[in-house]
Amino acid sequence: MPELITANRLIDGVVIFQSADRGWVEDFSQAAIFADAEATKLAMESAREAEARDILIEPYPIIVELRNGHYVPRALREAIRATGPTVRRDLGKQALGLAPIIAQHPPLE
Amino acid sequence: MYRYDEFDAAFVNARVDQFRDQVQRRVTGELTEEQFRPHRLMNGLYLQLHAYMLRIAVPYGTLNSTQMRKLAYLARRYDRGYGHFTTRQNLQFNWPTLKDVPDMLAELASVEMHAIQTSGNCIRNVTADHFAGAAADEIADPRPYAEIMRQWSSLHPEFSFLPRKFKIAVNGGPQDRAAIQAHDIGLQMARNDKGEIGFIVYVGGGLGRTPMIGHKIRDFLPERDLLAYIDAILRVYNLEGRRDNKYKARIKIMVHEKGVEGARAAVEAEFAAHDRQGLDLPPGEVARIRAYFAPPPLLVKNPVSDRVERRKAKDANFAAFVGSNIFPHKSPGHAIVTISLKPIGGVPGDASADQMDAVADLAEEFSHDELRVSHEQNLVLPHVALDDLPAVYDRLASVGLATHNAGQISDIIACPGLDYCALATARSIPVAQRLSEHFGDGARARDIGLLKIKISGCINACGHHHVGHIGILGLERAGEETYQITLGGSGDERASIGQITGPGFSSENVVDAVETVVATYMNHRSGPAEDFLTTFRRVGMAPFKEALYERSAGADI
Repeated sequence: MPELITANRLIDGVVIFQSADRGWVEDFSQAAIFADAEATKLAMESAREAEARDILIEPYPIIVELRNGHYVPRALREAIRATGPTVRRDLGKQALGLAPIIAQHPPLE
Repeated sequence: MYRYDEFDAAFVNARVDQFRDQVQRRVTGELTEEQFRPHRLMNGLYLQLHAYMLRIAVPYGTLNSTQMRKLAYLARRYDRGYGHFTTRQNLQFNWPTLKDVPDMLAELASVEMHAIQTSGNCIRNVTADHFAGAAADEIADPRPYAEIMRQWSSLHPEFSFLPRKFKIAVNGGPQDRAAIQAHDIGLQMARNDKGEIGFIVYVGGGLGRTPMIGHKIRDFLPERDLLAYIDAILRVYNLEGRRDNKYKARIKIMVHEKGVEGARAAVEAEFAAHDRQGLDLPPGEVARIRAYFAPPPLLVKNPVSDRVERRKAKDANFAAFVGSNIFPHKSPGHAIVTISLKPIGGVPGDASADQMDAVADLAEEFSHDELRVSHEQNLVLPHVALDDLPAVYDRLASVGLATHNAGQISDIIACPGLDYCALATARSIPVAQRLSEHFGDGARARDIGLLKIKISGCINACGHHHVGHIGILGLERAGEETYQITLGGSGDERASIGQITGPGFSSENVVDAVETVVATYMNHRSGPAEDFLTTFRRVGMAPFKEALYERSAGADI
């Protein structure tokens, strides 16, 4: 099952994701997707190092799945965390254009 | 209201400095998260889904306009322009950054507020009847005693590491507005045959995964014994409460396992053994604290206001507001005004910074600078002259706060749920919004009458669903949100735990299910004067179950 690594940034609590270069980004679409358990394990080791360096707190892997050609978190909890409150579309990542893309592109004419 | 003396001010400021240092040490890596977490929690700082969350204590739900303006300022300066009033009379900010929190706490300290003991296994913010000091039916103002308990319990060395959190509520009148039987300790103000003030004491109430109604262990506790007796309860709990299992650690489990008689005997023995050592409450000290809560100088006025009657005659919305949001005040010619934070389709308990400022202005101009926060997530102007009601109403309407639904079906309690909370298993707010849209605040809602819907997004029950007339618990089943419905719960003097109707409902069907419950009530009530709870207790679960699962296609079995 494909996964990615998420955490909260220590200084401001913002939800972040591990990127392909083992950095940390706020934009869900920049998150690195790991195809198997071995890749996730290595990514988590790097995440724990970042945790030990007090960059972030509570890193953990989440399962993602392909919908309409885009990866999205499978669990509702993680979808809300990666997007923002469903009751305040003006807040969170969705307000900054950093949320998972869920819309299907309209078919070409 | 209470004003900090030099000790309070020094104590709160010292805590701010201490936390500033702790944050600094955390950011530089001197403290690990594991070391830092207990410190941040003791200062009300959680980590939620999207960000940190700061929970600020509003002691016994009492605020003045300066404090409310400070909350508005914090919302604008450090958060996202709004705050969330909770079921424990607290205020939560959902988006603060760690580095800003020490400054926020310093700002709070400047108006005699703090976030101490809004988390952790300690004695939490003592809550009280939100009509305290104003209600016509009041036996005595509970706030002086809540303040005495606040001072006594703040950083109490013996009770800072209890088996689990500990909540105390005090109610001032015969009508229980503080849900005292759903608390670890519930205190009901009372007077004995001689007219002396004291308390009826309940212990072992609580919601969460094992809901229980508190047991009365003292019919009358004299005022002077308040602290000594509560100290005895806490000592027994601290010693005998379970620490082996987090889910069995609340005092309700201890009381359940010992039995009420066993718990009472243990408390009385502890109380007798210590003979009030150092905890006797001297009448002079009670009087000193009570003086801070002296009622404002209200002029006795005509109990009927021509100005109000004229406006009611020509303005149906104002008449509806007076019908639902106004409560009798102890001083003739005055009223208690509930400001509903449940606009139709809105988020229960949320208030914008502009609304907070507007309410602060109203408190200053029309309510002797006093405000209350209710555990039902509303605000209260406790001392308004009847003649001022039209002006207050117009001002509330201008900022979207004149919803006339207090106590009605759309006055819904809802926890933040999965939209914000790291513990939640399902969303609460969207369900509350859809129910609010469905039932509204019009003629049908008035016809339905007193009906309390309470929604929690997980088993921890911050939305008090067990004591909702209709309770809704959001759970997750196979990746989908599902909602369990309970009926017949009550958090007032008729306290009871609601009964589960049966299998839960999908998010899509839960509003229809509640509609079915309400329609069944309307069909079975003896008349418009019989409220939902009374009807439910008379007819029982059977007709509701039948309507939900046998006649309706809405159930998701």
